[in-house]
Amino acid sequence: MSLHQSKLIRNIWLGIENLLLHKLRSFLTMLGVVFGVGSVVAMLAVGEGASKEAMTQIQKLGSNNIIINSTKSLEDDSSNTQNARINIYGLTYFDNERINDTFPHVKKAAPAKLIRKESRLGAQVLELRIVGTTEAWFELVPREVLAGRVFGEKDVEDFANVAVLTEFGARKLLATKNTIGQPIRIGGNSFIVVGIIKSEEGQAGNLQIPDQQVDAYIPLSTVRKSFGDFFMKRAAGSRIREIVELHQIIVQVDDIEDVEPTAAGIERMLQDFHKKKDYELSVPLALLKQAEATKRTFNIVLGSIASISLLVGGIGIMNIMLASVTERTREIGIRRAIGAKRRQIIIQFLIETVVLSTLGGIVGLAMGILIPAIITYFAGMPTVITAKSIIFPLFISVGIGIVFGLYPAINAARVDPIIALRHE
Amino acid sequence: MGIVRFENIHKIYKMGVEEVKALDGVSLSFEKGSFWAVMGASGSGKSTMMNILGCLDRPTSGQYFLETHDVSKLRDDALSDIRLKYIGFIFQSFNLIPQLTVQKNIELPLYYLGWDAHKSAERARELAERVGLETRLNHRPAELSGGQMQRVAVARSLAADPHIILADEPTGNLDSHTGTQIMELLAKLNTEGTTIIMVTHEPDIAAFAHNRLHMKDGLIDRIEQN
Repeated sequence: MSLHQSKLIRNIWLGIENLLLHKLRSFLTMLGVVFGVGSVVAMLAVGEGASKEAMTQIQKLGSNNIIINSTKSLEDDSSNTQNARINIYGLTYFDNERINDTFPHVKKAAPAKLIRKESRLGAQVLELRIVGTTEAWFELVPREVLAGRVFGEKDVEDFANVAVLTEFGARKLLATKNTIGQPIRIGGNSFIVVGIIKSEEGQAGNLQIPDQQVDAYIPLSTVRKSFGDFFMKRAAGSRIREIVELHQIIVQVDDIEDVEPTAAGIERMLQDFHKKKDYELSVPLALLKQAEATKRTFNIVLGSIASISLLVGGIGIMNIMLASVTERTREIGIRRAIGAKRRQIIIQFLIETVVLSTLGGIVGLAMGILIPAIITYFAGMPTVITAKSIIFPLFISVGIGIVFGLYPAINAARVDPIIALRHE
Repeated sequence: MGIVRFENIHKIYKMGVEEVKALDGVSLSFEKGSFWAVMGASGSGKSTMMNILGCLDRPTSGQYFLETHDVSKLRDDALSDIRLKYIGFIFQSFNLIPQLTVQKNIELPLYYLGWDAHKSAERARELAERVGLETRLNHRPAELSGGQMQRVAVARSLAADPHIILADEPTGNLDSHTGTQIMELLAKLNTEGTTIIMVTHEPDIAAFAHNRLHMKDGLIDRIEQN
């Protein structure tokens, strides 16, 4: 094996030496592969960057999660012009319990009730968007705790007057670490700020991140006790009166395999209990799959464009190698006369082509890494270089060397030594 | 029994519809350690004979024995092997590989024999010394004189320790003084035991050989002893 290895290394050196004899020619020959590989890597990086951004957003929703939102049904909307009645719609506390109790694969469900209340912290008075929820929320929407703690099962059981601010809400209220333990007034009731957690920004497809634009969390039990389910708002001369028990339920499924069947089950169950469709199910996993499918299509399109440039590069190499074989007919004749077998001539020329195309691939790779970096720097577009987008083009460039080098190499081996030795 | 034996060797080339009999039933035997000069006008068949002797070409019919091997029917790979191990070539136009140094040129047969780099380099140095070029190992052929290039070719032909050296007009591109030096080198190799078969049309050069074989119209015309 060591004999084989050292022979291969010597062959590679021989190839490099031969290529160095014609530096400019070798360089120009390489350019096709350089640009081909460079564009493949750069395009993959840009594509990967765009889809990764979408993916991370979706993943923030949790790929094992099902998100159910309350929506006002369309029928209700049209009758709203009468302006007199109260709109009752959306998910109920029972929905939450049934989901928790009926489905074997549901690990946890976190209900969310959204209210807006005038609040005061110190001298700041603001209308806050507050989510009433249970301790399960913080497990399903895991966020870094910046200060203090989140509330737990006991707080929910005890109807505790505790509030967890989001980073977003804390900024509005000018709350800091020192705010922990201080009272905040929400809608006339006093709560103790127990913690501040990080907020996530951004959209995932058409789905909002669950904690977007939430200022504070308080236990659901406390919300029900203190504020009830009735909501009234005066706006533009009309009054909106609503009773919504829960605005959102986030369901976590124990295994990714069970996400879609469970979502279908929940949907059927909700159909049975709701006369109107006043809810909407979103499955981040489905979005994820969709995003992956889009990415795949994108990659195929980009890949086929780039492969044309690789093909052109390969043909360029083949062209030069054919010329090189003609030019070196005499050398081939000498080698054959001395005792080189056809196979050894093939290997010699093939290695030369592979060295050329691989070098082109490496230079192209460097270019393909540099270009996205420049794009990211100047255009602010996210780009991602994955291990795959490095290894794949390298294999391709080796492959180009073999495919487009084979024909010239076979041509070289066909040279008749008697004629070749007379060749000038 | 000769080291090289031809038994009724024919070589026929087809030129369109016409057949050219380059060799028309040649039988001969060269002894081990002998030094032959093959002479004849152009078209007499001496080049064809050298090509067949050198295993670069196969006879149309007849048998060619190299030592104990019948090489007349061997396949291409096997012929390559015979050339590598049994035959050293010296050409009129030297036929060195221009991009390789003197050392690499001498090492070329060893490379195909699979010798390791260290051993080959040592052997190349030893051979360069033998032909008086030990100071030129790192030069390229273009930097050498004709005589020096032919010495490199001689060193290369000896690298694999061949049983026969085939020299095709080895002095054809050299002035008479340098030519004589090369012939002296070959004569010395012959006294050391190497069988040499040389094509030449110069009687002065042929005088270095022990025997002269004259070709005419694809047949052996006559054999003379020096």
